[in-house]
Amino acid sequence: MFDSIADPVTLSRMQFAANITFHILFPSISIALCWFLLFFKLRFNSTGDQKWHDAYYFWVKVFALTFAMGVVSGITMSFQFGTNWPGFMMKVGNIAGPLLAYEVMTAFFLEATFLGIMLFGKNRVSDRIHTLSVYMVAIGTTLSAFWILVLNSWMQVPVGFEMRNGQAFATDWMAILFSPSLPLRLAHMLIASGLTVSFLIAGISAYRWLSGIKTAAVMAAMRTAVVVAAVLAPTQIVVGDFHGLVALEHQPAKIAAIEAVWHTEKGAPLVLFAVPNEKTQKNDFAIEIPHGASLILTHEWDGELKGLSSFDGKTPPVRPVFYGFRIMVGIGVLMLLASWIAVVKVRRGEVPNWVAKFLVAMTFSGWLATVAGWIVTEVGRQPYLVYGVLTTAEAATDTHSAMIVTTLLMYLTMYVLLAAAYITVLFHMARKNDGAPAPKTPAVAGVAQ
Amino acid sequence: MIPTELTFETLLPVVFVGLMAIAMLAYVILDGYDLGVGILLPLATDEQKDKMIDSIGPFWDANETWLVLGVGILLVAFPAAHGMILGALYLPVAFMLIGLTLRGVSFDFRVKAHDDHKPIWNALFFAGSLLSSLSQGVMLGLFIVGFDTSLASIVFSLFVALGLAAGYTMLGASWLIMKTEDRLQRHAVFWMRGALLMAALGVLIISAATPMVSTRVFDKWFSFPNIVLLAPIPLITTAIFISLERLLKVMPLPNDRLCWAPFAGTVGIFVLAFYGLGYSMFPYLVVDKLTIWDAASATEALKIVLAGAIVVMPSIMAYTVFSYRVFWGKSRELTYI
Repeated sequence: MFDSIADPVTLSRMQFAANITFHILFPSISIALCWFLLFFKLRFNSTGDQKWHDAYYFWVKVFALTFAMGVVSGITMSFQFGTNWPGFMMKVGNIAGPLLAYEVMTAFFLEATFLGIMLFGKNRVSDRIHTLSVYMVAIGTTLSAFWILVLNSWMQVPVGFEMRNGQAFATDWMAILFSPSLPLRLAHMLIASGLTVSFLIAGISAYRWLSGIKTAAVMAAMRTAVVVAAVLAPTQIVVGDFHGLVALEHQPAKIAAIEAVWHTEKGAPLVLFAVPNEKTQKNDFAIEIPHGASLILTHEWDGELKGLSSFDGKTPPVRPVFYGFRIMVGIGVLMLLASWIAVVKVRRGEVPNWVAKFLVAMTFSGWLATVAGWIVTEVGRQPYLVYGVLTTAEAATDTHSAMIVTTLLMYLTMYVLLAAAYITVLFHMARKNDGAPAPKTPAVAGVAQ
Repeated sequence: MIPTELTFETLLPVVFVGLMAIAMLAYVILDGYDLGVGILLPLATDEQKDKMIDSIGPFWDANETWLVLGVGILLVAFPAAHGMILGALYLPVAFMLIGLTLRGVSFDFRVKAHDDHKPIWNALFFAGSLLSSLSQGVMLGLFIVGFDTSLASIVFSLFVALGLAAGYTMLGASWLIMKTEDRLQRHAVFWMRGALLMAALGVLIISAATPMVSTRVFDKWFSFPNIVLLAPIPLITTAIFISLERLLKVMPLPNDRLCWAPFAGTVGIFVLAFYGLGYSMFPYLVVDKLTIWDAASATEALKIVLAGAIVVMPSIMAYTVFSYRVFWGKSRELTYI
């Protein structure tokens, strides 16, 4: 046991997992939050109603903080490719490299540069240029999601390349760009971001409401958020289901782990809950719906599902994938319930206390579901880094374990403290009712002060 | 391997090392002034601290993106070198990342957190800026000595760290001279004179020590005709240092004349030092071990990236210039409205 924890591969994996988990928390907010901000701003421009301006003013501060967290944690990853996974670029760099380069060139500079104008340039540029800047940042964040998911999708389902001298060379860039698992993965992630932000806005607004800040702006933000959530939650369930079918076709081992199907069987049951046992290759304490998994995945009563034992040991660890999936789906169902109840209850501009408390409890539900979902997809790809092409162990560094332990502890300490600070400050900002400074009306906002 | 004939294939790595150099130089100058302002933070009063950070607030994020681009090009165009260099720099890289993270998040936390906690975030802003600067200096030093880890090389790298931090402080102080007024500006002039002295001393020591710790640099510098070609670098650098010192003695001038000159001069010093470094190292990415041609990606991959870069880079330049124009002149208090 100790051996496996102390080896550079395991340590590098733990370190990268810590980094990427911490990182995804913030883009999963900033991607969709920027579109919400754009909506608030456009509503203010068209109605002139102060409440939209105030909603923008509060949430743009959250956006600034979140964006900064995302940037700094993202930089860390661009270095860790080299420090911890040198084998990745050596083997598939000819494909991964250009994709990462396009992300930096088309997305990062766009969002980072216009962010300055969006945040601080409001009284230095015309309102139209300011609105344009919000558009640019929103497009930039979404573009960066696109590029990184292109790369991830290719790592899940590698296509459009050939191996020469142990290196991957692109043969068809269009195939690489739009690999079979991209469209649904992109949709799934963008909707996940939308849901994460909806529940963040709804939760923080409900918290403000409960703290006595019952302004029109708080209510406007909350109503927007729950309506968006009520639409996205069922959409996500459908998209997720189709996404699973793509995985069944290209990564059957991942599906076998998700459903904890140990041996190939016809009419496999849907395991609602169990403790998968790797030793006995059985599920202990299982609660099952007969034929359920076969029906969902193959749309046939007696459809055959390949079991974990049929992949020659090239299977992911079952438990994280199995539990991760159930956490994600469970939260998804809870989101559906919460958003539909909330939509019904807040439509008259009042919110019952119990609904507000429910929403507060759901504030970070999107984070949990997103992280659980990524655990399913990334751990589910193991033992491969690039499915069928490069194993994670082959890509790892031979840096001394002691060194990785040192940096891992440094990163973990910092991440825990920063995550705690982020949440604390978010609620601190929510409790403050300093209101927004009076806006200039849109028509004259372009005139320099 | 050093190719003997000039073809498109052998030229591509040269183009990419040029692009990487531009990105790195842009990073060093642009984030250099941010980090320098961070290093100067403890010297200022609370009110001045706000003004100092307001002056860099709209830019730091884009400035830091140049680092991602520089490392990105290393990763994309020279994957073998990316692994080897960052593997050799494992610890300083980790320290730099921690520093950059602390600095980056403190920007926001210091104004959004509870008022009582502001001093903590100010302290972290300073610590993060200093830690990043010193780590980058150590990385630069180890790069020059080809990642040798003998005692002499480590001591040399630590000196480079101090020198680079002093250089960044110069950039930061001169940025403040350009972007602020009144008392803060006068303080910045005073700070810059101190930083200038330390940076000049640093440049002197590093220049003297580099040929001693690196036989490669010794051979390259002290051979004909390089010695003639390189001679202008120390001469012009010295001239800039002396002019800056004389200018700073009388600053600020009436009507804020030449408030941009210290910044321009410091940028000049950085460009010259960077040119000297590049000339000394070329064509090696890891001294005497790995040339840009050894480390380069496949031509196909480089072509794809270059095509994108030709289209995208001009627009990045354009909106960067636009952003600087929007925030042109003396900085004002930052508000979201």
